[in-house]
Amino acid sequence: MGARRLWAIMLKELRQLRRDRLTFGMIVGIPALQLLLFGYAISLEVKQLDAALLDQAHSAQSRQAAEMVAHSQVLNFVRVIDSPAEVEPLLRRGEVSAVVVIPRDFERRMQSGQPALQIVVDGADPAVQAAARQLAALPLPGAREVAPAIEVVNFYNPERRAAVATVPGLIGVILTMTMILFTAIAIVRERERGNLEMVMTTPIRPMEFLLGKLSPYLVIGLIQVSLVLLLGVLVFGVPIRGALPHVYLASLLFILANLALGILISTVARTQFQAMQMTMFLLLPSILLSGFAFPFAGMPRPAQWLAEALPLTHFVRISRSLILRAADLGDMASELAVLGVMALVFLLLALSRFHKRLD
Amino acid sequence: MNAIVARGMSRRFGEVLAVDGVDLDVPEGIIYGFLGPNGSGKSTSIRMLCGLLTPSEGDIRVLGFDIPREAEALRRRLGYMTQKFSLYEDLTVTENLDFLAAVHGLYGRAWHRRREELLSRFDLGDIHRQLAGTLSGGQKQRLALAGGVLHEPSLLVLDEPTSAVDPQSRRDFWDTLFELCAAGTTILVSTHYMDEAERCHRLAILDRGRLVADGVPADLCDAVPHTVLRVAGQELQAVRAWLALQPGIASVTQIGDSLRVLAAPDTKPRNVEQAARAAGHAITATVTAANLEDVFVSTTRRPVVANGS
Repeated sequence: MGARRLWAIMLKELRQLRRDRLTFGMIVGIPALQLLLFGYAISLEVKQLDAALLDQAHSAQSRQAAEMVAHSQVLNFVRVIDSPAEVEPLLRRGEVSAVVVIPRDFERRMQSGQPALQIVVDGADPAVQAAARQLAALPLPGAREVAPAIEVVNFYNPERRAAVATVPGLIGVILTMTMILFTAIAIVRERERGNLEMVMTTPIRPMEFLLGKLSPYLVIGLIQVSLVLLLGVLVFGVPIRGALPHVYLASLLFILANLALGILISTVARTQFQAMQMTMFLLLPSILLSGFAFPFAGMPRPAQWLAEALPLTHFVRISRSLILRAADLGDMASELAVLGVMALVFLLLALSRFHKRLD
Repeated sequence: MNAIVARGMSRRFGEVLAVDGVDLDVPEGIIYGFLGPNGSGKSTSIRMLCGLLTPSEGDIRVLGFDIPREAEALRRRLGYMTQKFSLYEDLTVTENLDFLAAVHGLYGRAWHRRREELLSRFDLGDIHRQLAGTLSGGQKQRLALAGGVLHEPSLLVLDEPTSAVDPQSRRDFWDTLFELCAAGTTILVSTHYMDEAERCHRLAILDRGRLVADGVPADLCDAVPHTVLRVAGQELQAVRAWLALQPGIASVTQIGDSLRVLAAPDTKPRNVEQAARAAGHAITATVTAANLEDVFVSTTRRPVVANGS
């Protein structure tokens, strides 16, 4: 392993990167865009769903109840209807996501403690179901106060802010997206452009070549981590409760695992297009199965096994613990060990596949 | 002492036998040419000799190293210039050279001196800060050659180095090759240009993966087993059609306002003229010396597809 040769490859890689405007833009553009998209557009709370009102009681109390529902801002009444027959067509055409039905015997039901108000929701949309659960907890005027049997205490994110829960995992998603892609293309591009044939006839060692190509991206990955954390703190007020050096060290290990995976793809793919396809093939299950988007525990067993094989699954756990739960590296030792083993295995596999030959 | 020795070198790609049992002996210190049309197995042979492709069969020794087993040791003493420009187009001339130098273990003051020497020798001084991708064909070729010889290799292998450059650049390039050769470098160069083949000290002709001729260009020309005739006259197309049907005629091709004919060794020009007159064609035939194109046609039994891409 020659330090000078390694440095020469890194320097060459950095110089090429500096002149590659698109890649350079991706380094900063992807994290910023993703963070703002996830932070602003995706929200755990649902507000202002279009709804219809069917008031069959026509009493002062029923009007008061309808007003309370409107005040909650979860629903926005856009239609008032007179007949139960109109409910289903409205939902079917997607004109409203919910219909509030107040029955004729509203007052009597209220007094007897029976369910008095019915909200018909569009179950085809998971977000609407969440809204219905919120509404179900709404106290109605005149109803007897009943203390809920179960009280939920929200640790780490008491205001239930979406950005707080999203940012730690999002660091992992962004790194998966960019790091794998950068290195997946790295070697294939040299093969396509014919550079590799020339490089192969020099005394370069495969390990030097792979590490030299990979190293600059370690730094770039850390820049991306900093960018997401900075925007997360400044724009969305995400608290960083754990020690920052621990967050960076864990990120570095995760970046290495992804870069090694990208290099492995690069030794398998024959064209840049193939490399990109393989990256996408990995990215989708990473986002869906890692626990970033959907709860890990809710998935069927085979999906969980698959998820355990993806670096992102482990990083989402690590990152949420370090950033939100003030855990330290020691708490996450086993997850970190898995990432370390993955990085090593990917790198060794890539090395075994990379020959200084064309056949 | 031979720089390259190959015995029964073969390479199969699936069903296709790209190189078929080639025996080579390339002496040290000469320019050795590889002549052949596209697809004749030149590039495949060169890649096997450089240790880039594993031969399906055969033994190869280059600079005494057993190839491909000792390819890594060979790489320190080998300069290789690929057919397609293979330096980094998004690096400058200097950055490309610096990269290759570091890879070959050249650095510091010694390298800076060597770099100045290379920039001036290959006339790259004025463009040393230009991106390689923006260079002309001739400039790219000079840069690639500079990159191939910066570590002063004992053996320089060039795969169709002049396919993308103008005639003046080709002349200059060959002058440089002879300078390198005079300094002791063995050079293996592939080409499909006859005029370039003529410049080589020794020459191997490849056709469909087989070695069909091997020797000094002049000897190869002398050994052509035909009488070469230059035929002038009226209505050359009709003469050509008639000649092609005559016994003992191996090949007829038109060059300018005359025909070049490979005839049986004992053919007398006067006899050809008389036979033509009897057939109603007025021609004059003169014997002329065989050139490399005639060598190529007579060894491969098919016309040259030169100056192609």
